[in-house]
Amino acid sequence: MKCFAYAQKLIVVLLLMMGLSACQSTPQSLYQKVGEQAGLERLVDAFINQIGQDEVIFHYFKQTNVSHFRAGFVSHLCDVLGGPCQYDGDSMVQIHTGMHINERDFNHAVDLLIAAMDEVGIAHPVQNQILAKLAPMRSEIIKI
Amino acid sequence: MKWFSALLLLSLSLGALADGKLLATPGVSQIEGSAGGGIVPWAQLAGYASEDEWAVSGFCSRGDVKNYRLDVCGVQANIFDRIELSYAEQDFDVPALNTNIEQDISAIKVRLYGDIVYSDWPQLSVGVQHKSLQDGTVATLVGAEHTSGNDVYVAMSKLHLGALNGYNWFWNITARYSEANQIGLLGFGGNNVDKQWLLEGSSAVFLSREFALGVEFREKQNNLGLGESHWRDVFIAWLPNKSISVTAAWLDLGSIAGVDKQTGWYVSITGYF
Repeated sequence: MKCFAYAQKLIVVLLLMMGLSACQSTPQSLYQKVGEQAGLERLVDAFINQIGQDEVIFHYFKQTNVSHFRAGFVSHLCDVLGGPCQYDGDSMVQIHTGMHINERDFNHAVDLLIAAMDEVGIAHPVQNQILAKLAPMRSEIIKI
Repeated sequence: MKWFSALLLLSLSLGALADGKLLATPGVSQIEGSAGGGIVPWAQLAGYASEDEWAVSGFCSRGDVKNYRLDVCGVQANIFDRIELSYAEQDFDVPALNTNIEQDISAIKVRLYGDIVYSDWPQLSVGVQHKSLQDGTVATLVGAEHTSGNDVYVAMSKLHLGALNGYNWFWNITARYSEANQIGLLGFGGNNVDKQWLLEGSSAVFLSREFALGVEFREKQNNLGLGESHWRDVFIAWLPNKSISVTAAWLDLGSIAGVDKQTGWYVSITGYF
């Protein structure tokens, strides 16, 4: 019983620590947290590199113009993560129609994006906040 | 058990490896064999199968409290992330009486709606756990009406990305319609008692991709008049990849068969194919 109470206290302390660590920093946009334009370019380059070495989803990108994809994804991320950009490229639906991406391959791409974020040193909480911004787009990407 | 083991081996030899879900999203394996936490079945289905895949998984768990010990091993199949079939064998050891109670649980869970990460509303599933004691002597002795029974449940779960200052937050709520005494180990029903809806809940914070720290609660009814208590645990789960998970917990199971202060530890391991 004592141990149980200690464990509960430990959880409360951990939750408080997570809360406090956020309070200490001044509010920053996700765009700033990933290192602005240069940081986004590093992230997208790492993601492209992950895709290039991947057997599962590389085939979706066979027809892709890499520099067009790179510029589009950087601009899109900049917009979505609160940076000073307005993404004016093709919509997610336009881009992914006819690709018939299934649940599995979508999640595999998420795994690769996480690997890319790890590679460029984006902190775990920031990674999750980025994923939270991107997750709602899934319905405009898969099974179309 | 043999049939499932054969299926497990077959899938291994065929190299069928489902990895279509995100890491950690299937949860772990609860003591009645369903995907869940340690004591609560969750809305997620076992294994990493997405809607185009199937998966099998196997687990063993041990709960060790002051006067009792429960060992469970089981297998799970996930069919297109729509249906979960599971089978588990429980061995409940009562050293004081120099006896053990064995129970088999066959279960099915059906996902009705959603995805714990992506859907607007929480993932929703329903399930049935069919439990059967191999020898009902102890159950009958303590006043249980039946030696087998069915638990029906509805479970709802959601993972909120980055919800706690960037950390992922998970919750699950389950409502179970049951008359099981101590999850069935002491039989089902009692004198003039009916099945009841019981509330169960789990919540966890992901400290990283691989580690989740959480708590669980499971409401219990007191059909036998032996002071059956609600169950609680605090757990830490380690999910390093899509092939294995290891969970450790601190249990507070209250009073079991009239013997109170049943606290202790729990450990569980699940392998995914």
